Amino acid sequence: MKNLFKYREAWLLLAIAVVVGLISTRFPAFARPDNLAQVFNDTSILMILALGQMVVILTRGIDLSMAANLCFTGMVVAMLNAAYPGIPIPLLIVIALAVGLVLGAINGLLVWRLDIPSIVVTLGTLTIYRGATFVLSGGAWVNADQMSPAFIGFQRAVVAGIPVLSWVAIGVIALFFVLMTRTALGRSIYAAGVNPTAAVYAGINVGRTQFVAFCISGMISGLCGYLWISRYVIASVEVANGYELNIIAACVIGGVSIAGGIGSVGGAVLGALFLGIISNALPVINISPFWQMAISGSAIILAVVLNARGERRQGRIILKKAEAR
Amino acid sequence: MSDTPTPRRIPDRLDKPLKSAVFSWEALLVVVAVAIFIANSLASPYFLDPWSLSDLTFNFTEKAIVALAMALLIIAGEIDLSVAAIIALASTLMGMAVQVGVGTPGLVLIGIAVGLACGAFNGLLVTRLGLPSIVVTIGTMTLYRGIAFIILGDQAYKGYPSSFAFFGQGYVWWVVSFEVTLFLVAAAIYWALLHRTSFGRRIFAIGNNPVAAQFSGVRVGRTKFILFCLTGLMSGVAAILITSRLGSTRPSIAQGYELEIITMVVLGGVNILGGAGSIPGVVIAAFIMGLVTFGLGLLNVPGIVMSIFVGLLLIVVIALPIVWRRLRREKLA
Repeated sequence: MKNLFKYREAWLLLAIAVVVGLISTRFPAFARPDNLAQVFNDTSILMILALGQMVVILTRGIDLSMAANLCFTGMVVAMLNAAYPGIPIPLLIVIALAVGLVLGAINGLLVWRLDIPSIVVTLGTLTIYRGATFVLSGGAWVNADQMSPAFIGFQRAVVAGIPVLSWVAIGVIALFFVLMTRTALGRSIYAAGVNPTAAVYAGINVGRTQFVAFCISGMISGLCGYLWISRYVIASVEVANGYELNIIAACVIGGVSIAGGIGSVGGAVLGALFLGIISNALPVINISPFWQMAISGSAIILAVVLNARGERRQGRIILKKAEAR
Repeated sequence: MSDTPTPRRIPDRLDKPLKSAVFSWEALLVVVAVAIFIANSLASPYFLDPWSLSDLTFNFTEKAIVALAMALLIIAGEIDLSVAAIIALASTLMGMAVQVGVGTPGLVLIGIAVGLACGAFNGLLVTRLGLPSIVVTIGTMTLYRGIAFIILGDQAYKGYPSSFAFFGQGYVWWVVSFEVTLFLVAAAIYWALLHRTSFGRRIFAIGNNPVAAQFSGVRVGRTKFILFCLTGLMSGVAAILITSRLGSTRPSIAQGYELEIITMVVLGGVNILGGAGSIPGVVIAAFIMGLVTFGLGLLNVPGIVMSIFVGLLLIVVIALPIVWRRLRREKLA
């Protein structure tokens, strides 16, 4: 039991349980399985995105362009669907993955080949991708009535009691779990983040690993582009504006260290779930939705403070002592 | 962020031959700025007019004022993503004060005090608790803007006193606005602070190697704390200007400014990893961004398309010297 609480995931799970417990004392319906399944479904997209972001952060990078990539890819598939309603949904998803991959690869190439810090690269591509969405659409929206029923209905179909969207999230989580813990790529992603120099001596191409990480986050953004548009049934330039910071917030709450090398699939998922539960709970307990932002902000700060206590390294402690004197 | 840290050096003022001045980052920026200026005046007949050139300054001075302090912070190896949220919170609290009848001097005081307090809170979290500033300020940006949303919801504050309008709309002399005057004065102060004082040298030392700076007797934590306070203060000043210019406050005010401000700083030649940069570079970069967006605006290019140019400008200007250096190295080898 004591060992269990060394893990951030256990603490997060406890925090989530406490929040759910507190709410259900006043509104027992909130903790009912069907409502919790609904919350999970609502948070699916954020969870998937957080996993993509986590991979980049693990390699000491950051991807600020995820929301813009999502917006662009979403517009591409929405316009394709509006123009050619006959394109089957699986093909559209493949297209979304491919478009997202290309945008992610652009980030990755700039970081890998030109050694530009990822925060600068993705700051630039963030504005470029969103601008490109405007150029592509001419500023027009794609509305629900222009989308085919299959396009909108795909993620809402219920399979074995839960919607396809939730199944997609579960599938992606499982995939990432295997990727990060059971494959050479996953381990080299951790290695490249923990100690890049040591990783090079271990035969890992750190730059290439970062490139692959950006490709992964790009594909994830592309997938979520389709999921987002078909969920909220509107494609515009404003889609997911500013959402990149929510994704990073989910990672931070989930214990992913911004310095790289530390973080887990379970943590990122629970971090996203925590934010999802808060945003779903506020209307239930009759707090104005305008409170949500301040509450997530406080949660992020609290999470960072807690993370730092777990991560402090030996060298820093010596320095801290010197500082204290 | 990248695996091979770019070489950092403390710029040495004693050794500066003419050649290095000609090939400096600032010189490159000046060339870019002049090129954009000429392109603009050829593209639109309305560009070369004192009043439109004066209008041009309004769309970047507020951001540039924050960029000055942000440059110092980034040189010291930290970052503040919460600046736009500080602007929103300061503006909201000023709006609240107007409702209870606070006059112009009181409003200015509130704007500055809120900015300073928010910056100090960031600084405390980063320096006292030793937290990474990028995540701390993602947290506080959500918190500060969240508080603005709690106070205002979907409402807006209006009814600012008419004397308050001077800061964002007034002119000091002919076409020279108060905003641009304030920006130039602030730029001169920050230039002196960074390039002519021991405090400025300490900022470079911290950015190049905080551990070495610590053991050389530089109070790293305190210096960083002061820089966070300065960034908050400048955000408060920007809040006064923007609120005065718009004459109303919504909680979504200045949304997305943080990324534009950081773009300005990086475009100005400040190393995002810390340790190098200059105030003249940032000032020229601010003018470049103003020129690009205003010139494209005269040509009826929508704002969102301009952002493509700003994003491309950022990446190309950063990438060019790297590619150039690499090509030259290959030629030598």
